[in-house]
Amino acid sequence: MKFMLMMNAPSGNGDWGISKWAPEELKAHITFMKTFTGGLAASGELVGAEGLAMPAQAKLVRAGKDRRPITDGVFPESKEFLAGYWIVDVDSPERAYQIAAEASAAPGKGGAPLNMPIEVRQVMSAPPVEV
Amino acid sequence: MTRGSTDFTHENLLRELTPQVLGAVIHRFGDFGAAEDAVQEALLAAALQWPKDGLPDNPRGWLIQVAARRLTDHLRSESARRRRETEAAGPLSDYSVGSIFGTMGSASELDDTLVLMFMCCHPLLTSSSAVALTLRAVGGLTTAEIARAFLVPESTMAQRISRAKQTIRTSGVPFSMPTRNERAERLTAVLHVLYLIFNEGYTSSFGTSLQRTELSSEAIRLGRALHQLLPHEAEVAGLLALMLLTDARRPARTGPDGELIPLDKQDRSLWDQRAIEEGVALISVTLAKGAIGPYQLQAAIAAVHDEAKTSEQTDWPQILALYGLLMRMSENPMVALNHAIAAGMVHGPRAGLALLNALDEDERLAGHYRIAAVRAHLLERAGDRDAAVAHYLAAAQRTTSIPERDYLLTQAARLVNSQSPTPNSQDDR
Repeated sequence: MKFMLMMNAPSGNGDWGISKWAPEELKAHITFMKTFTGGLAASGELVGAEGLAMPAQAKLVRAGKDRRPITDGVFPESKEFLAGYWIVDVDSPERAYQIAAEASAAPGKGGAPLNMPIEVRQVMSAPPVEV
Repeated sequence: MTRGSTDFTHENLLRELTPQVLGAVIHRFGDFGAAEDAVQEALLAAALQWPKDGLPDNPRGWLIQVAARRLTDHLRSESARRRRETEAAGPLSDYSVGSIFGTMGSASELDDTLVLMFMCCHPLLTSSSAVALTLRAVGGLTTAEIARAFLVPESTMAQRISRAKQTIRTSGVPFSMPTRNERAERLTAVLHVLYLIFNEGYTSSFGTSLQRTELSSEAIRLGRALHQLLPHEAEVAGLLALMLLTDARRPARTGPDGELIPLDKQDRSLWDQRAIEEGVALISVTLAKGAIGPYQLQAAIAAVHDEAKTSEQTDWPQILALYGLLMRMSENPMVALNHAIAAGMVHGPRAGLALLNALDEDERLAGHYRIAAVRAHLLERAGDRDAAVAHYLAAAQRTTSIPERDYLLTQAARLVNSQSPTPNSQDDR
């Protein structure tokens, strides 16, 4: 079964104040993320993963009357934003939660775990049963 | 299926020969993981060469020879590399080229196929690993094909297979038949893996799912092979019959846009009569022998459905009785759920609902969409439209299958938009 693990970062300066981290703290964080994702690839569980650009340039788009895009944004006030995601293919929801907890504990300032919230959602991929 | 420009008959022959060739190579070299890689290389070479040069006189021998050569080359370069690395020119303990041709297995090729199945479905492996390894080592599918069928990147599937082989290597599972004590448990594991492969493929033939239907055919092919190897194992025959009888309905199961069509609305003329005849014959012979098991009972139930000319002619009392038997053998709460459906058909929707209420206590079913879906259906038949809508929607919230969610939402929408309240029928079966 496949799950999407979404790393939701708080907005404003709530990106865990990443701009104020020491270079080595930042480096430790980046190394952790690389190793973590590499581990998922090595265990044969990784389906895909992407990090998203910071929300400074994020836009909301709707179609106008002529179907052309009407853009709205930037949204510095929004409560949280999607920072990145992983899609994993695992044998149980418990395994997906375990992976999410590992990601959640990525190191932040002073090397302390961030304990960031990871939203876990199952991907609709199950075969249907006879109805 | 894509393996170079191989035509269909070559492809089939290669896939049939895969487990035999692999068995022979493992006997010679002892190393399951390395042998498996070498056989894949030999299959690829055959797929490229045979269509060009024609079929060799002895395809099996050809494949074994090529695989053995690849493996020997690999071991030679491996040992040379090690020698350079260690600079100790002493004999290599595990990969000594000289000892490679020392042991030839005496077991028959057929036994090899069976041993391979037992190995690939070892309980040490997670089910997804066992499924992948079985499809590659026994089924002869390429990693790319397996990855496509499960909609994961090829590199992910390659890692999963390599991990599985490593687990087998480090655990020291021998390449031999399970002992008498283990045998029943190990056979159950093999049947479970085949059933998982079948179910994974038994989905809509719409869009990206097209590849996946081949998994059902592959499970049936492997089921046939297993049945040939173990003709007296009643549950093996039961599983094969169950897969045939279920797969027979596949053409009628989905509409043009991939939407699910429930059993009672299917166009039965689309059902595969040949598969039904084969499945019915197989389950009839097997049931007569006596050693009844859960797969046989499920096959018997599928046979009752398949033999009904119309949905109204379905012999529900017999299905109810069969589910009653199955409940005594299986702890699976889904069986109890299906039993409630059958009871609803025989004794009316209120009887089915009463059984469902008892199932609410079962923690394994708590919050499962199937119980909500079944309740919605029974409530609708009992004339309680609002409650039916609520349960259809609750079920749609919880399912993880897109065609199923669409079906459940459509049922709810249909009821909401029906003009007059559904009549409070006493018995509308």
